Amino acid sequence: MIETTPTLPVLSKKDFVSDQQVKWCPGCGDYSILAALQTVLPKQGIARENFAIISGIGCSSRFPYYMDTYGFHTIHGRALAVATGVKAANPGLQVWVITGDGDGLSIGGNHLLHALRRNVDLKVILFNNEIYGLTKGQFSPTSAMGIKTKTSPMGSIDQPLSPLSVALSAGAGFVARTVDNDIKHLTSVLDAAAKFKGTAFVEVLQNCVIFNDGVYDPFYAPDTRKLNALYLEDGKPLTWANDTKGLYAKGFSIDAREMTDSDRSQVLVHDAKEESGTLAWTLSRFAFPEMPVPLGVFRSVERPTYDELMDGQIHAAQAAKGTGDLAKLLNSGFTWKV
Amino acid sequence: MSDQSQTILEADGRKDSVELESVTIRFAGDSGDGMQLTGTQFTDAAAHLGNDLATLPDFPAEIRAPAGTTAGVSAFQLHFASCDIKTPGDDIDVLVAMNAAALKTNIADLKQGGILLVDEDGFHEKDLEKAGYTTNPLDDDKLKAFRVVKLDISANTVRAVEPSGVKGKNAARCKNFYTLGMMYWLYDRSPSPTQEWIKQKFGKKPEIAQANEFALLAGYNYCETVELFSTTYKVGKAPQVPGTYRRISGNEAAAMGFVAASVQSHTPLFLGSYPITPASDILQELAALKHFGVRTFQAEDEIAAICSAIGASFAGNLALTTTSGPGLCLKSEAINLAVMAELPLVIVDVQRGGPSTGLPTKTEQSDLLQALFGRNGDSPIPVIAAKTPSDCFWAALEAAKVAVEYMTPVLLLTDGYIANGAEPFRIPDISDLPKFEVRHPTDPATFKPYQRNLNGARPWAIPGTPGLEHRIGGLEKSSPSGNISYDPENHQRMTLERYEKIESVSSVVGKTFVEGSPEGDLLVISWGGTYGSVSSAVDRVLAAGKLKVGHVHLRWINPLPIDLQSVIGRYRKVLVPELNVGQLRLFLSGKFGLPMQGLGKVAGKPFKISELVTAIQKTVGA
Repeated sequence: MIETTPTLPVLSKKDFVSDQQVKWCPGCGDYSILAALQTVLPKQGIARENFAIISGIGCSSRFPYYMDTYGFHTIHGRALAVATGVKAANPGLQVWVITGDGDGLSIGGNHLLHALRRNVDLKVILFNNEIYGLTKGQFSPTSAMGIKTKTSPMGSIDQPLSPLSVALSAGAGFVARTVDNDIKHLTSVLDAAAKFKGTAFVEVLQNCVIFNDGVYDPFYAPDTRKLNALYLEDGKPLTWANDTKGLYAKGFSIDAREMTDSDRSQVLVHDAKEESGTLAWTLSRFAFPEMPVPLGVFRSVERPTYDELMDGQIHAAQAAKGTGDLAKLLNSGFTWKV
Repeated sequence: MSDQSQTILEADGRKDSVELESVTIRFAGDSGDGMQLTGTQFTDAAAHLGNDLATLPDFPAEIRAPAGTTAGVSAFQLHFASCDIKTPGDDIDVLVAMNAAALKTNIADLKQGGILLVDEDGFHEKDLEKAGYTTNPLDDDKLKAFRVVKLDISANTVRAVEPSGVKGKNAARCKNFYTLGMMYWLYDRSPSPTQEWIKQKFGKKPEIAQANEFALLAGYNYCETVELFSTTYKVGKAPQVPGTYRRISGNEAAAMGFVAASVQSHTPLFLGSYPITPASDILQELAALKHFGVRTFQAEDEIAAICSAIGASFAGNLALTTTSGPGLCLKSEAINLAVMAELPLVIVDVQRGGPSTGLPTKTEQSDLLQALFGRNGDSPIPVIAAKTPSDCFWAALEAAKVAVEYMTPVLLLTDGYIANGAEPFRIPDISDLPKFEVRHPTDPATFKPYQRNLNGARPWAIPGTPGLEHRIGGLEKSSPSGNISYDPENHQRMTLERYEKIESVSSVVGKTFVEGSPEGDLLVISWGGTYGSVSSAVDRVLAAGKLKVGHVHLRWINPLPIDLQSVIGRYRKVLVPELNVGQLRLFLSGKFGLPMQGLGKVAGKPFKISELVTAIQKTVGA
């Protein structure tokens, strides 16, 4: 295990910028996510050498090359599995996983479920642009039904899945959504993820300027977000549209409507620490335009992490049996002399 | 019941005792009859007496196939001898058949004149029906070729355990110990080590312990009293190198070999694995060794298993993944990531019958070409194959050493036969184990991620080291910076560098070792778990004194010993026997452009010595 040094150098954004030329398309949402993480990491009180950034395959997965940290650009869908090994082998590292909607939810969906249920202490950023970018524009598991792409000329007949519902169903402790065009919100969510102990899952709504441009415009452009995005703040009422609309409990469902002076006090209050995750899950099911688009931290509930439990078992075994003695092991069981 | 069942009768009634060089016994019964346990107990007793031995468990893929059917037959074969033996034996001297299905599936291997001990209780009408017999085979004239001992073992057992208070089904379950007692008497070994074992094993259930012990002694005493067998047999001590020995299976040996590698290299061991027959034992063994700092990660699938190991390797652990054929298919892409990222990793493939799900519990050597070539691109990796159960220990150590010293994935091939088979293992002194030093660079001034050393290996810089932050990945790298490069000349150079790095492992492989004639009529080339059978067959042919036959057994298959081609040139003909339809032969023919005769067996079973002897004679004569 690597201990963080007691006196840390003061780090700044430039310490996290690598010497490699960034090769995403001009205008790509990935640039702002890169800038945000380069802003967030220096503030974590962790030495630069103790960060590892692991990615899979896809546009987003080129990310590690642009960060001056330890980085591993792995294979399609498997970043979480590789990252699990990195973190389990060296729990002293802060490990970030960069993935996309295809990498993380299609080919790598299985690993996402299992990393989340195990609660490996990983920070996962899923760049969701609802399209395959690197293979040039095929529909992804988050693409809207009916979307016309090169592989769905008559419209996609696949039902999309909600990354956040998947994460919550798998038992994720930290689940958040942010956007690539609001650097302040993006930075604050990534910072919260960095500080969470356990798997932190962040969906970033990220615009692909080439193959799916404008997909989020109805609720994330500066003018539309004021009307249609619901900013989640712990302990604050769930309101949006300049504080004119609110969420109300209605049996087992949620009523999203204009508030009146008389029922303002009955608006639901956000509680990211709510143990069962029911509210978070309900929010993750919101589909625009019937419902607003929640942004922020849906759930933040800590529990023991996989890597610390694994470490704990090793220490417990050593306490019970003593540190392994090879000669004793080889001579164990029934032996005889010749 | 008198005290009789609790003590061994004095052996004064014993008339004749015949000295034998070697004996092969097969215990066969239903999956629930405890045949594996009976076999391992007899094995320990044989080891106790200083016999050389080799064992072969043979069990069905189904955990509990319908009782009494041929699908549910579980068998354990044991070969013990007063001389050096290398296989669990061809044809068997004694068959213990606990029911009709066990008789049906095993009788073909019993030698003419061999002993057949049957539990009559397993031959009732419904047992015969389940086994697919229309008439009772015990009444068949064909059995006259054998020395048949029919006994209602179940009923005898129930009577014998009565004083312990254990009744009914639980009482009948002790019949394997009753049978074991009979075999102990017949082969003149003391039941006391097994009595001790029973006391330890069932310490918390004194009733069951007592019942099993009563059954064991009752079986022993029954033979003594009723003179069921006219003679007993003695198999003396085998000449063995002095030392302390233990019985070891290939999977146990491999697990210990990796722990030894971790200790010797002062590098924590990480195993990422997904349970698969017949490799799961290695995961289970290592999961119990956490006090060695071993981290075992039971992954969600084969791909996650190897990927986690690659991540652990990146983070500086000695990384391992274990699987069998179908799992190896799934790991191909990730193995290539380790090839490209040039990270140390050992992949163990405990081969089983293929293709697809194939024969999960049966042995085969048919993953060789997949191990050598089953990846996209030009992707060479070192491949080593263990030759015996105990050699799995040494092969594991060597594979780990090469992986680390050459910064490469290494594939270790074993197979179901040596993984589950057991033999005596001379426990090495820790001081005799190979040491290997793991170096992680720390100096930012001289560090370049793809700067190669004399082995052609790049430095293993691990996260957490200040100033060495760098990025690796599956895209082609430029040398020595490690940055992404699509430059055609760079790709050509890097491909060759990776190839040459693996070729240079030949300095570890060493020269070809020839057993038997150094030149002459025929060279037999084998690999992997067939060593024992092939070596025994060549010995037998040489003992006959007519033919000049040499034997080369390859442990490293990539790279090959550099002088192999010239060794092959010293013989008139070459025979390559293997448990597939000719994979090593194809590889060697391709490498050397020489004609070779193959002998391919894909029956889910190892070679018999006799069939190899015939093939050798035929190849020379043809």
